[in-house]
Amino acid sequence: MSSTAALAPPRPLIPLPGGHSMRGVLWQAGLAIAVILIGWSLYNNMLANMAARGLQFGFGFLNRSAGIPIGEHLIPYTPADTYQRALTVGLLNTLRVAVIGVVLATVLGILLGLARLSSNPLLRGLTGGYIEVIRNTPLVLQLVFWHAIVLQLPSVRQALNPLPGLYLSQRGLKTPALMADTALFWAAVAVGVALLAWWLLLRRERARQEATGERRATWAPGLALLFGLPILAGYVIGAPSVEWPVLAGFNFRGGLTLSPEFFALLLGLVIYTAAFIAEIVRAGIQSVQRGQWEAARALGLAPGRIMRLVILPQALRVIIPPLTSQYLNLTKNSSLAVVIGYPDLVSVANTSINQTGQAVEVIAIFMAVYLIISLVTSLLMNLYNRAVALKER
Amino acid sequence: MSTTTAPALPTLAERARDFAKACFTGPLNIAISLACIALLAWVIPPMFRWAVLDATWSGTAAECRAAGGACWAFVREKFWFSIFGLYPFEERWRPATMMVILVTLVIASTIRRFWTRWLLLAWAVAAVAMWTLMRGGVFGLPFVETRQWGGLAITGIIAVYGLALGYPLAILLALGRRSELPLVRWFCTAIIECVRGVPLISLLFMAAIMLPLFMPQGVTVDRLVRVLFAYTLFTAAYMAEVVRGGLQAMPRGQYEAADALGLSYWKKMRLIILPQALTITIPAQVNTFIGLFKDTTLVVVIGVFDFFTTLRASLGDPNWLGFPTEAYVYAAAVYFVLCFAMSKYSQRLERDFTPAGR
Repeated sequence: MSSTAALAPPRPLIPLPGGHSMRGVLWQAGLAIAVILIGWSLYNNMLANMAARGLQFGFGFLNRSAGIPIGEHLIPYTPADTYQRALTVGLLNTLRVAVIGVVLATVLGILLGLARLSSNPLLRGLTGGYIEVIRNTPLVLQLVFWHAIVLQLPSVRQALNPLPGLYLSQRGLKTPALMADTALFWAAVAVGVALLAWWLLLRRERARQEATGERRATWAPGLALLFGLPILAGYVIGAPSVEWPVLAGFNFRGGLTLSPEFFALLLGLVIYTAAFIAEIVRAGIQSVQRGQWEAARALGLAPGRIMRLVILPQALRVIIPPLTSQYLNLTKNSSLAVVIGYPDLVSVANTSINQTGQAVEVIAIFMAVYLIISLVTSLLMNLYNRAVALKER
Repeated sequence: MSTTTAPALPTLAERARDFAKACFTGPLNIAISLACIALLAWVIPPMFRWAVLDATWSGTAAECRAAGGACWAFVREKFWFSIFGLYPFEERWRPATMMVILVTLVIASTIRRFWTRWLLLAWAVAAVAMWTLMRGGVFGLPFVETRQWGGLAITGIIAVYGLALGYPLAILLALGRRSELPLVRWFCTAIIECVRGVPLISLLFMAAIMLPLFMPQGVTVDRLVRVLFAYTLFTAAYMAEVVRGGLQAMPRGQYEAADALGLSYWKKMRLIILPQALTITIPAQVNTFIGLFKDTTLVVVIGVFDFFTTLRASLGDPNWLGFPTEAYVYAAAVYFVLCFAMSKYSQRLERDFTPAGR
């Protein structure tokens, strides 16, 4: 509207922010008044309705005992604990499935995206079929489907045993667990030291390449450190003890349990999101011009190095932004856990609402939590995006 | 993929040869092909046996269990229930008519020759007609509560009304987000980001639980209307981002030319910018709609009897216990056919809208 300034009334002496015309000011004033009026009336209605139900607006209920039994908790929890703790347990459950899901979906999605571009028509066709079927059916349906499948697995006594120490049954997935002892602590320290050393090595080699133009691979000493140091620590201090699941009576004892609900939710989220990530990866790789492949081939690079050194760095610029939204989608979609009974944040919040009637407060809490998770994820991915983005001079 | 100048199509034998060549040259390719064939051989025969050879197509649950394969008799038994839900039996012609109107209009809308303002008018008339038909209470039609609506009919209603109500709102939000007026811009950005930043089911919970709290005392809102409110809101927020993409893709010259003509803001948008911005984003809009259509299944969490919920409820029928896989395969097939058709349609539009040589 700025270019109609000649026809617009003379500008005020103190320029108004943004808007240049009186009409703009009026529009904004109207909007502000409408928002305030509607908000005020909704707030009053809410107070009146809550009063009619004998409720008081406020977050005091968070300190009351919840009495919600939650089967899966990463921190100690009993039904006698407060609502605050129950919601925290739900949040941790959400984060657990989201973080593991994001990692697995990325790995599977990249593999599928590459398979979709394979020169082998059989592999391409199979991957294409998978992607179309998964993308065109609702996630809720897939989740209950996987849940039904997991519940149809054999009973504990006939549990499937695909790998030693891994048992798959109606009760979920059983895996060996690392015991939290001093040996595990030192093993973790060793891994940390190895990673730090690898990073320092990488930095030194980069500086060397800048200076001399020579390039030496760092993966061999890096991997040697990563595996060598913990093994060395194991010899010196003793290996961290592993608890193997054993069948005792009607259930397994020891080991780590992934409940059927967690397992079904993770399976569903990973399989669903991976199909979308695969398409993003495919589109990203296809966006790199053919000339880049040809030039790299002309330099005599091997196919693996072409992908790693030439194609992927360029494809990542196209891949990262939509990948971020897929990560956010996976996190938000984990709230569908309520359909199959995994106690995530939304599920615990829903129970809390039913028990206390404090709907506004609880919903405000979980919406705020999801907004924070979304913002933090976007922030991290945007930082990464800036690192890979095209640097124009 | 390049089309050759010679129009001769390869024969079937030639194509088979090319296929085999692509699959079986080089050791790596052969290994991959063999792995794929092994996978297919491992999955397909048992599935075929279950779904076709050992399947029971009609009969009772006991016969199904005896045969051991898929129990399509169950799907057959629940078929009409999955379409109409709990709608009164003798009134079922009404949702049936509604769905005929809906399908006719949807098909008409996919034909670009019909893209005129008459189509919009037809949709507006049909929306009123369909709601009246379903609800009754006038013209001698018995009144049917929305609580009794269900099945695929209600899935269609939620999707169509959500889009019809959300789309104009989406355009307003997108325009607002690109506005020069800071208050308007902040307001629209806040709405869009808040809706997109939280899980969809939290909006449904909010609509189901909180909306009654915000209403003046004594005013009750129909449950379906509450669902539609939430669904409209998230349709609007997601569509707004697509429309914004279209607005941003418009070259500056278009805005400047409109300004040079002395058009007012609304005229400029209505006559110059929006028609172009909306047209170039049609494929993206269809894709967004596919996502939103799939998300109608979320109403399961607040107990609206949509297509999927109806089937889930059927699983609890004591006469037909133990056939979840069949129910889910049927539901998946229906959603797949609808969504896949939409996605193919969007790809065709995308090709049509891409100018030659780009």
